[in-house]
Amino acid sequence: MKHLLSAADLDRDAAVRILDTAAELAATQGREIKKLPTLRGRTVVNLFFEDSTRTRISFETAAKRLSADVINFAAKGSSVSKGESLKDTALTLQAMGADAVVIRHQASGAPHLLANSGWVQAAVVNAGDGTHQHPTQALLDAYTLRRHLVGPQPAGQDLAGLRVAVVGDVLHSRVARSNVDLLHTLGARVTLVAPPTLLPVGVEAWPCDVSYHLDEVLEQGPDAVMMLRVQRERMSSAGGGFFPGPLEYSRRYGLDARRLAVLPSHAIVMHPGPMNRGLEISAEAADSPQAVIVEQVANGVAVRMAVLYLLLAGGRREDVA
Amino acid sequence: MSDPATPGEGREVLGPDDVSRALTRIAHEILEHNKGADGLVVLGIPTRGLPLAHRLAGRLASVEPGFDPRTQLGSLDITMHRDDLNRAPVRPIGVTRLPASGIDDRTVVLVDDVLFSGRTIRAALDALSDLGRPRAVRLAVLVDRGHRELPIRADHVGKNLPTASTERVRVMLEETDGRDAVLISGGEG
Repeated sequence: MKHLLSAADLDRDAAVRILDTAAELAATQGREIKKLPTLRGRTVVNLFFEDSTRTRISFETAAKRLSADVINFAAKGSSVSKGESLKDTALTLQAMGADAVVIRHQASGAPHLLANSGWVQAAVVNAGDGTHQHPTQALLDAYTLRRHLVGPQPAGQDLAGLRVAVVGDVLHSRVARSNVDLLHTLGARVTLVAPPTLLPVGVEAWPCDVSYHLDEVLEQGPDAVMMLRVQRERMSSAGGGFFPGPLEYSRRYGLDARRLAVLPSHAIVMHPGPMNRGLEISAEAADSPQAVIVEQVANGVAVRMAVLYLLLAGGRREDVA
Repeated sequence: MSDPATPGEGREVLGPDDVSRALTRIAHEILEHNKGADGLVVLGIPTRGLPLAHRLAGRLASVEPGFDPRTQLGSLDITMHRDDLNRAPVRPIGVTRLPASGIDDRTVVLVDDVLFSGRTIRAALDALSDLGRPRAVRLAVLVDRGHRELPIRADHVGKNLPTASTERVRVMLEETDGRDAVLISGGEG
């Protein structure tokens, strides 16, 4: 594995390997001394062209727990756009000797460009690009699913047979795309649930089922429900028009106490955060014992440590995915 | 450090009975030195230190009923503390499981199969210091083959095996390789 650009690039064995590594690293995070010396002397650059708090902090924590040096490069507010300026930024990072670049960009494909342009020698990790991919989020979701729903000895196992409903704004969601790819690779059955206006063109070709009716899907007893954030910042142009109003959306697609009660008792409730409480998820659902939303954050650090470890710890130029 | 071996390769220097006798003797040595099983914690270093530690714990318990494998046996993975990580492809991370009571103020006995350069043990000592502060750390190995690169020695040795640095020592164990044996191969060849 040289880069991590898309959840679709991972085959089953590579994905399980990341999850197993994350499990061992998670165990180290319960100790009094959480820092490991493994990536001493390596430099990780967080290159964020788009707002993000939790993903950036999560990557920063992961890199620091492995003793790597972290440089945060926030491009917000500058006139950076794709093309020349991404190139110039990349050349700067190369000159500073970055070993890994964690990039978030509003344009789909920017991490791919960075990884394959030859501008940087560093390993590139996609931390979310446009409406395309967010592979570490899918990995942390898969890790959380495996921890809760796969046997007492999850090491080495995939998610075969699990049924996961992914509900909400699929159109704007790189989390949904990455999860469909990865969970399918790991053997889970994903059902996307959304109003027709919030489903992308071509969704019928994805390796998943699609439904417009949340209640019907919940009655089938899924093992996990993943609520997506309604991305209102991406809906501003032309007055939105994706749904009539917040109230109607939450009546039809929000997870509230009534729908929570329909879920099987073993099922877990997930959300990639940040949540719009009262819109896609009610406070009862978000704070219920079945919700694992806070745990997802902790698992995110372990999964990102695993990704950085697998990308950076081995001999350089070694392709061992 | 031994590699996964193809059976039947190399000269056998220890057979199953030798391995068994060596472990029994080491168990007695540990108890004699510690004056009983009080405060002992046995930690195996993956991969082959782990089954050795389990066997050792079994013998300790049979000699000294005060020794409880459930609370005095664990494993210590050293992958994240190695000094040669960037010289090889990425290594999978092994399992670290400490007894619930931890290692503070205990006498920790590290168990590994082969003592060679000493670098594994250096990494193990670093890993231990991140986990707590043992009263003392001791080292038990099945084979000491010499060629140390660091000032480290074993307290309990199953067999001292003079080797050439070009030779390869392989420890095979029932649990991981299907049979117990110590083999030497390579050399001037």
